[in-house]
Amino acid sequence: MALLEVSGLTVSFPTPDGVVRAVRGMSFEVERGRTLGIVGESGSGKSVSTQTLMGLTRGAEVSGSARFEGRELIGMPAEELRRLRGAQIAMIFQDPLSSLHPLYTVGWQIVELIRIHEPATTKAQARKWAIEQLALVGIPQPDRRVDDYPHQFSGGMRQRAMIAMALALQPKLIIADEPTTALDATVQAQILDLMARLQREFDTALIMITHDLGVIADMADQVLVMYAGKPIEVAERRELYYRPHHPYTVGLLESVPSTTGAKERLKPVPGQPPSLLRPPSGCAFHPRCPYVMPKCRTDVPPLMGEEHLSACWLPLDVVGLGPEAARRRTEESS
Amino acid sequence: MTRFIIRRVLFGVIVLWLVATTVFLLFFAGPADNVARRLAGPRAPMEVIEQIKDTLGLNRSMWEQYASFLGNLLHGDLGISFISQTPVTTLIMQSLPGTLWLVAGAAVLWMAAGITGGVISAVRPRSVLDRTTTVLVLAGISLPTFVLGMLMVYLALSVFPWTGLQPGPYISPLLDLKGFLQVMIMPWVCLAVVQAAVYVRLTRGSMLDTLGEDYIRTARAKGAPERRVTYRHGLRAALTPVVTQFGVDIGTLLGGVVVTESVFGLQGLGQLMIRSVRYGDLPVIIGAAILASAFIVVANIVVDVAYSFLDPRVRLA
Repeated sequence: MALLEVSGLTVSFPTPDGVVRAVRGMSFEVERGRTLGIVGESGSGKSVSTQTLMGLTRGAEVSGSARFEGRELIGMPAEELRRLRGAQIAMIFQDPLSSLHPLYTVGWQIVELIRIHEPATTKAQARKWAIEQLALVGIPQPDRRVDDYPHQFSGGMRQRAMIAMALALQPKLIIADEPTTALDATVQAQILDLMARLQREFDTALIMITHDLGVIADMADQVLVMYAGKPIEVAERRELYYRPHHPYTVGLLESVPSTTGAKERLKPVPGQPPSLLRPPSGCAFHPRCPYVMPKCRTDVPPLMGEEHLSACWLPLDVVGLGPEAARRRTEESS
Repeated sequence: MTRFIIRRVLFGVIVLWLVATTVFLLFFAGPADNVARRLAGPRAPMEVIEQIKDTLGLNRSMWEQYASFLGNLLHGDLGISFISQTPVTTLIMQSLPGTLWLVAGAAVLWMAAGITGGVISAVRPRSVLDRTTTVLVLAGISLPTFVLGMLMVYLALSVFPWTGLQPGPYISPLLDLKGFLQVMIMPWVCLAVVQAAVYVRLTRGSMLDTLGEDYIRTARAKGAPERRVTYRHGLRAALTPVVTQFGVDIGTLLGGVVVTESVFGLQGLGQLMIRSVRYGDLPVIIGAAILASAFIVVANIVVDVAYSFLDPRVRLA
């Protein structure tokens, strides 16, 4: 049994303009100690689906199932779910400056987490614990910095503090939602290294949400690509990076700037992300797809395949990047 | 911090000097005859007017008058009332306790009601409770103070006479606690109703902003119970603008709560001012105006210092 098993998750938000169908059937599994990368554009539903698991999307209509260690999270009483949050499942967010409370010291915020879930801990014990956590994530002089406010930390240190907090109770699963997006490129690499190291050390499962395939290129065991509230391709990391099947994944990979071939022009995925109020008919990607076939406009492609899953009507063996793969795709679609 | 306070106090002194000078100019800059004529009444003979000008030193040059005005002011001497011939400071000291007690009591009420109401409607926006609060707030803001006050007086005297609540001048709580309460409760409620309405709005808005912040999501993701999220994380951050407004309001109100005091005949600073204006009692008007500005200046300094305690990101320098 996987640590987390999500199947058929849908999340909708009623708005004055109509129902926004943010997640339209999300399914995935995360094994203990493994890393799942979830990739997609803004608004593809990657944050909403994970926050829904934690009961953090208020006013949403949710259906489907999400089992954590066999316990169903969807529809779990709020109090029971609250006890899981922070202790068993921790979250790290995008902007550490706005995610830490500006009026409390970093130490106070870690101590709070510890004492919410371990009420028997004294303040002094929790403080010592918080200092150890800060030391663990590489904050210099942690016994002094524990009393600093978030604004006295640098961006990278703030994210380290968030990681320290997330790891404090040794959760089984960490959901990191764009943890490096707000950081400088050099700091980004340090934070990713730190997360990878600590994940191995504590054998924590990790869901890494990002819009940047480069961020999870070294970390993820498995990668799930989301489009318009649905997973459209799921595969082991190497398989997905070298033999992508879905034209959207191909577009994403070809739009990643490479550090070696600096001469090449970037190829963005053309078009706009679809409206979640009125998603396109058939395959949601068809209005932007260079290989669109008549079938794509009418029939929704399910996730097909064995290990390497893809929701695209092109034959499953048409995979890969580059001109040769593009030629084969054009051939198959015409 | 100390440097900040010293600078702000010096700045405040300049503001007060400007206020004093403006008030001085307003009343003394015109021809001396006008001032004396106003004091003596329209039908007084010229001799009386000359005599008044003499006694008041209005025959001296404006600079001489200004110098002696400022000199006296520095010694805390605000002059002598034209009408009652008592020192202005004495008149002010007599009126001050009523206003102080009125503002202090009402402040407790309106802060309690305003913050509670604001939090309740922010936690469940667009709920029945929120809508009800909004209607009450609108009513509180729209209702003129004197209408509410007179309604309360009417009800107290003719419908609920057994309560003993009545309008009347301020009584010291040290002399007669029961009498003090009977006189003060109505003005407290009356002033608090209007203020509470403003504070419900302010708290609700500030709280709604705060509850949408990322750090509130973090608090929930940590597994903090909802009460804790609302109060320790939400309200704590939402209070900063409320406290700022509170300081400014206290400063303004201490300068005289004119309408409320008048409706209930409380004999506070506001009423003293009204009376002085009616009789053209210039020294009292000047004294009250300077005192009112002093309250506002001090309140602003206190707010700024309080701000640095409320928000660690604010450094005073």
